[in-house]
Amino acid sequence: MLIRKPLDIKPSEITPEGAYRNRRQFMRAAGVLGAGVMLPLSGRAYLPPEETVTPESIATSYNNFYEFGTSKSDPASYAHQLTTDPWTVKVSGAAKKTGEFAYEDIVKGLAVEDRVYRFRCVEAWSMVVPWQGIPLHKILERFEPDGNAKYVEFKTLVRPAEMPGQRSFFSSIDWPYVEGLRMDEAYHPLSLMVTGMYGKALPNQNGAPWRLIVPWKYGFKSVKSIVSIRFTRSQPRNTWQLLAPDEYGFFANVNPDVSHPRWSQASERRLPSTLFEPNRRATLPFNGYADDVASLYDGMNLRKLF
Amino acid sequence: MSRVGVLKALSACALSGPLLWLSWLVYLDVREPGAGLGADAGEAVVHFLGEWSLIALLLAYTVTPLRRLLNFPDLIRIRRLVGLYAFGYVSLHVLSYVALYLGFEWRALLEDFVERTYITAGMGAFICIAAMAATSTRGWQRRLGPSWKRLHQVVHVALGLALTHLWWLTKDGYAEVLLYSMWFSALGVERLVVGGRFKPSRRGAQSLHR
Repeated sequence: MLIRKPLDIKPSEITPEGAYRNRRQFMRAAGVLGAGVMLPLSGRAYLPPEETVTPESIATSYNNFYEFGTSKSDPASYAHQLTTDPWTVKVSGAAKKTGEFAYEDIVKGLAVEDRVYRFRCVEAWSMVVPWQGIPLHKILERFEPDGNAKYVEFKTLVRPAEMPGQRSFFSSIDWPYVEGLRMDEAYHPLSLMVTGMYGKALPNQNGAPWRLIVPWKYGFKSVKSIVSIRFTRSQPRNTWQLLAPDEYGFFANVNPDVSHPRWSQASERRLPSTLFEPNRRATLPFNGYADDVASLYDGMNLRKLF
Repeated sequence: MSRVGVLKALSACALSGPLLWLSWLVYLDVREPGAGLGADAGEAVVHFLGEWSLIALLLAYTVTPLRRLLNFPDLIRIRRLVGLYAFGYVSLHVLSYVALYLGFEWRALLEDFVERTYITAGMGAFICIAAMAATSTRGWQRRLGPSWKRLHQVVHVALGLALTHLWWLTKDGYAEVLLYSMWFSALGVERLVVGGRFKPSRRGAQSLHR
């Protein structure tokens, strides 16, 4: 007698033939979805595994934050004097919801994401930093910018009593520090309003309580300790462009082919850079984010609009 | 030891100080990366040596008026020593820049020299200082005779170029470069006003060739 052995696969688990035939399409979709889910979780999707994260001690002690002084160690030495609570942000210009807002109210209810990004300074050094922040567009959307908002301008706090660099007689910067982005740049998913790093609250010397990070641009675009957001029709004049227009542009996209009068931008020193391991590497167009952002600049002459 | 001998020894010790300090920092950094020179070691070394090149050169330039001011003609006999220290520091400065910044890539050096005017100015200063160092021996002093003094007037060009180099590479925070520029200008003015009238004593004039 022949007894049929029951199948150990339930019929419901068997892939329908149609789905089987479309399996390649399914895998592609799963891949896209998977990457989309992974990105906010790890942020490492953008970073090849051979690039190691810069030690926290360096990223929090080697800073350019001229409000506290021009030396790299000044911010870490003096930024503890800064009061970041309460923190008020003035929103103005071409938007429906303008006025003065408490920082906590702006970020309330918005999920903080992890992003590990390369950070490239115009001075030809770079780091890899694990940031925590909110995609910038989610913050800007809250203010409902209107059709006249072609650019968004950010300003850093001016408080000479707590910021010794702003009291300096030897600085030629006209405070506040001003930066800006075109709206499509600001709404790009890579643009991040950072509220923390290395899993901790953002240290004062890194721009507490919140700062911008635009990973495909030179570091000076990523304005710190923001107190003003203004939506505007015309391109804002950013601080470094005002100081030296032949050296610093508005766009400031990382570009190894456009050399700076002070620094060749073809390569960079990835910190920590020691005497025997300078850790020098080639600088990538758009700091390695070209696949994501190059299309924002289609048809633009990036040699002229540096 | 003679008074001049003591003075020379003291000057050599003082001018070696920064170099010893830098060696200590390098030692710390080799033991534990970052401990001595910070996150960007090459940059730290290049800037340290550049700063002391300028200070040593300004000190050498200060010897002559100080000699007048203190009415101490023998002071001229430490000028070569101070100048050679300046040459030493600036040589190490250039070497560290070529080694640590450029990784001995000569094409990068050429690009810097042509495209970055502050590098061009710095190189110009280096060439002037090297020319002075090369002709600093008694043999060259004798051979060149009166032109020796004229040749060594390039110290003004060297200082001018070195300060231009620093002005151009300063992004913001002008305290240091302003201080050095004032130092140079004050001494330059002093030379114009007092220097022309001053006749060195016979003893001082002879000692230059001793």
